[in-house]
Amino acid sequence: MSVPQYRKAAAVALVAGLGLSLTACSTKSDDKGSNAAGKVTITVDCQPVGAQKELLKNWNDDVAEFQKQNPDITIKSVSVGEQCNNPPDFTARLAGGTVTDVFYGYMTDLQQVLDSGQAMDISQHVNKDAIPTWESVDPALKEVFTDGGKLYAVPVKNYSMGLVYNKVLFQQAGLDVNNPPKTWADVRTAAKKISALGNGIAGYSEYSAGNTGGWHFTSLLYSQGGRVLTEDGKKADFNNPMGKQVLQNLKDMRYGDNSMGARQLLQWGDLLTNAGAGKVGMFIGAPDATQAIVSQFQGKFQDWAMAPLPGQDGAAKGTLGGGEGYFFKKDLTPEQVKAGLKWIAYQKLTPGKGQFDYVRAKPQNYPVGLPQPLLFANGSDAQKQELELRKANANVDTTNFALFEATPVPIKGEPRNAQAVYAVLDAAMSGVLTNPNSNIDALLKTAEEKVNQLLAAES
Amino acid sequence: MAITTVPETPRKPGRPPSPYSARPQRTSLGRKVRDNLTGHAFLIGAVLCFVVFSWYPMIRGIVMSFQRTRRGETTWVGWDNYSRIIADPSFWTAWQNTFYFTVLALVLGYVVPFFVAILLNEFRHAKGYLRILVYLPVMLPPASALFLFKFYAYDPSEAGLFNAILKALHLPTSQWMQSPEMTMPAMVVASTWMNMGGAVLIYLASLQNIPGELYEAAELDGAGIWRRIVHVTIPQTRLILALLAMLQIVATMQLFIEPLILANGAGAEDSATSVAYLIYQHGFFQNDLNGAAALGVIMLVVLAGFSAVYVRLTAKQD
Repeated sequence: MSVPQYRKAAAVALVAGLGLSLTACSTKSDDKGSNAAGKVTITVDCQPVGAQKELLKNWNDDVAEFQKQNPDITIKSVSVGEQCNNPPDFTARLAGGTVTDVFYGYMTDLQQVLDSGQAMDISQHVNKDAIPTWESVDPALKEVFTDGGKLYAVPVKNYSMGLVYNKVLFQQAGLDVNNPPKTWADVRTAAKKISALGNGIAGYSEYSAGNTGGWHFTSLLYSQGGRVLTEDGKKADFNNPMGKQVLQNLKDMRYGDNSMGARQLLQWGDLLTNAGAGKVGMFIGAPDATQAIVSQFQGKFQDWAMAPLPGQDGAAKGTLGGGEGYFFKKDLTPEQVKAGLKWIAYQKLTPGKGQFDYVRAKPQNYPVGLPQPLLFANGSDAQKQELELRKANANVDTTNFALFEATPVPIKGEPRNAQAVYAVLDAAMSGVLTNPNSNIDALLKTAEEKVNQLLAAES
Repeated sequence: MAITTVPETPRKPGRPPSPYSARPQRTSLGRKVRDNLTGHAFLIGAVLCFVVFSWYPMIRGIVMSFQRTRRGETTWVGWDNYSRIIADPSFWTAWQNTFYFTVLALVLGYVVPFFVAILLNEFRHAKGYLRILVYLPVMLPPASALFLFKFYAYDPSEAGLFNAILKALHLPTSQWMQSPEMTMPAMVVASTWMNMGGAVLIYLASLQNIPGELYEAAELDGAGIWRRIVHVTIPQTRLILALLAMLQIVATMQLFIEPLILANGAGAEDSATSVAYLIYQHGFFQNDLNGAAALGVIMLVVLAGFSAVYVRLTAKQD
């Protein structure tokens, strides 16, 4: 081959290579998930990651068993990280249209999912035939995923917040593990005693960064009987004695008693890392916070117990609740939707199977006996079955959660435009936790103005 | 009118005419492309990279900033996203913080590498080792370097490195990232440590191009080290200084990873919120990609303004 020919051939090869690479990048399956033989394929996310060995094996076993029972359905599992909904990744997948056919989301994600135009209305598909336990699912949870009378997701988990406390530290501090704090004044007293143990232990720990500060402010405000936004959702409603009390309690513990540790600006992983290391006496969280402490942050189940969220002068007047569900991507065929619902019914909503396979979970390092998910309505058949199975196979000391379970606190959902509001409230939380001279009135006034501006701009 | 003709240059004997040099006067575009096929083919990769990863996202961002997507429907909303983003309570805080960081970074992050380079240039021994030492932090992934600062240097307890040093010197300790007043200076220190290696090497290369005679002449005239820096070094490196100042401004105004890691985002009382972090908040946490795009365009315009000033300044200097 002469030199010019060689150069031309090289150039053509280069262009062809580039073209192929780009084509490969844009390769997209054009099948609609069904083939001539009637086989249906669906992609489902939130498969556990490799590091979660037992959970991953359970998931894969469930897929294998489900496919054996339903030879005409193929489940393609997709892992999207340990935390199935990491907001930046989730947003990117929604914006890019790369969510799986059946995709995981939080209850607060409904608006974002609808705005992205990625979800389909599944109202006509969801019924007792598709999901045998559907009648038992708490109607309040179905409502959360409903918009304009249309259902967009199937709820698969629900939680409410309480006071999580370290029994070992309680004992070391001379506190009664069976009589955890009931009011914020009790929390303050206990935190002071626990932090007196020294060694960098925080009696009570709290978030103030990455929007988690605002999230917890909301729960603390609910415990006072307050709310973040007015009934119509158009104005901030936390610059009042209840909001001030929330911040005052924290400021008193942080700077009055020095019982919250030196390191602040904590967000989710920071606090749980400290808790796993035995450096946190109390914090507010959902029951599965203990699971994260054990499975991700090397803590021990037996060290942790839970009580209802404390109130200011007595029982808490409310607590923050949330949960998760599975959405269905737009343009799925009816067969795919049916297959997706069948999978969710099997893996998420059947006592004794999937997430409720407590016999399988019992010997594993995952808790059985936690008072969640609060998925089925009180007194429903599915709830009775689930509770019996849970009791029979508990591998954690259920008495650690008995008080929390026996003393339900009214659950309130998250406010409209929650993340934007939380981002503003982070500043108020970080203010009282990092500045001994912080002015609570000024912090709340600034936050109120900001939230009002934000809501006005939104509308 | 007299018509003059340019005589054809005689070819040198003994050398056959190149097929590429003997082109006809009027060449069609297709012919030109064919003639330079290899060059175009190699160029295509770079152009595609720019198109796909730079120009398209930029244009898409500008388009998105005038749209709003709700319920899967995208509509044109004019300047609404801009007015909304400007009304965001954190908008001015973010710009204020970003400019403050940029100014501090210019004072510290720009001046320090220059003087470190001058110092290194003066060393006669162990030059290579010292350069590696200065460049080492650049090789650390930024996230790792910042976590080092966060957990070891800026720990607000007395166990933190800086606080331990302050305590040993009987000086008051600091809350570092937990103090709104210290947040920006602390971020600039970490950022300078992380990034100055590259700038030092560029300055060093530039310093070594300065003719030694200039310094000798200055010394003979009785100039001390400071006067030699002011009257020889700085004028001789002014183009590099201007270039790096521009790059520094553009880079520091895109402040993002420092607040994200060192301050877990917004920091104490919003003291670390930068414009880039606000874009991230709107885009990825607040279901507001269009608002994020609008803020991105505003940032683009501001940075383009700085770049234009730089181009003008350097053009005059040239």
